[in-house]
Amino acid sequence: MAEEIGNPKIRGPKDPVKKGDLVEIKSLIKHPMESGFRKDKATDALIPAHFIESVVVEYGGKQVLKAAWSGAVSKDPFFSFFVKAEATGPLKMVWKDNKGQTFDASTTITVA
Amino acid sequence: MVMDQNNAVTRRTFFRTAGVVGAAVASGALLGVPFQHAMAEDAAPAAAPAAATVDMDALIAQHMGAGPIAMEKVSLDIPATAENSALVRMPIVVDHPMEANNFIQKVALFIDNNPSPAIAQFEFTPEAGKVAIEFRSRMAKSSKVRVVAKSNTGKLYGLVKEIQVAAGGCAG
Repeated sequence: MAEEIGNPKIRGPKDPVKKGDLVEIKSLIKHPMESGFRKDKATDALIPAHFIESVVVEYGGKQVLKAAWSGAVSKDPFFSFFVKAEATGPLKMVWKDNKGQTFDASTTITVA
Repeated sequence: MVMDQNNAVTRRTFFRTAGVVGAAVASGALLGVPFQHAMAEDAAPAAAPAAATVDMDALIAQHMGAGPIAMEKVSLDIPATAENSALVRMPIVVDHPMEANNFIQKVALFIDNNPSPAIAQFEFTPEAGKVAIEFRSRMAKSSKVRVVAKSNTGKLYGLVKEIQVAAGGCAG
């Protein structure tokens, strides 16, 4: 059975925020995050590495944060961080795994 | 679990007390005073020789640049024992301004006893507003966990914490 993969989710502030506020963004994505160090119990062969290696966060079209991960980040990775609210605009995240597959999701930060 | 409850409380009050705790850890590490405080007790100079086969100093220098690491400003507020080694919370906070010409540019996490100790790295811009991230990591076994932060001027800040992995947690 194919392992569930993708379904990226982002949660930002539900209500409008003030300019200059530091807002927390939480994200979640389904991914096996195979480290490449784990053995298949039946065959004793190493399970090939398959993990998200980069996460890029853009706010208002500008990159604010970038993560480089190894296969030691837990399965179905959760990631939270902060951005400083400047103006109403999209906050977009792009996850990319070591097989070149990409996933993206976005939310809008509304500055009142 | 008692430990979980304690942790929940610390989490809630964390952002308010981060500065104070950071200062306590820093002074403890610099003076070599053996603190009784749980967090301070875990702080050790990054220069201490690693028991692992990997040369952690060289690995950190490779990723973060060489130079002295000040044991201050960085927090990793987690219990000393990880209940689930497949999902160890890594809430990293760096108490440092995020201004146009004075900000934290990079943060990295290392776990000495993992098969590949360089776990994750994060590059920031001042637009992040503050460095307070959280993610989860696997731990192969009990290990030192190291967080290193680099400012835009190349100053290094760090923290070392000994984390025990609960026995039998994910055997087999």
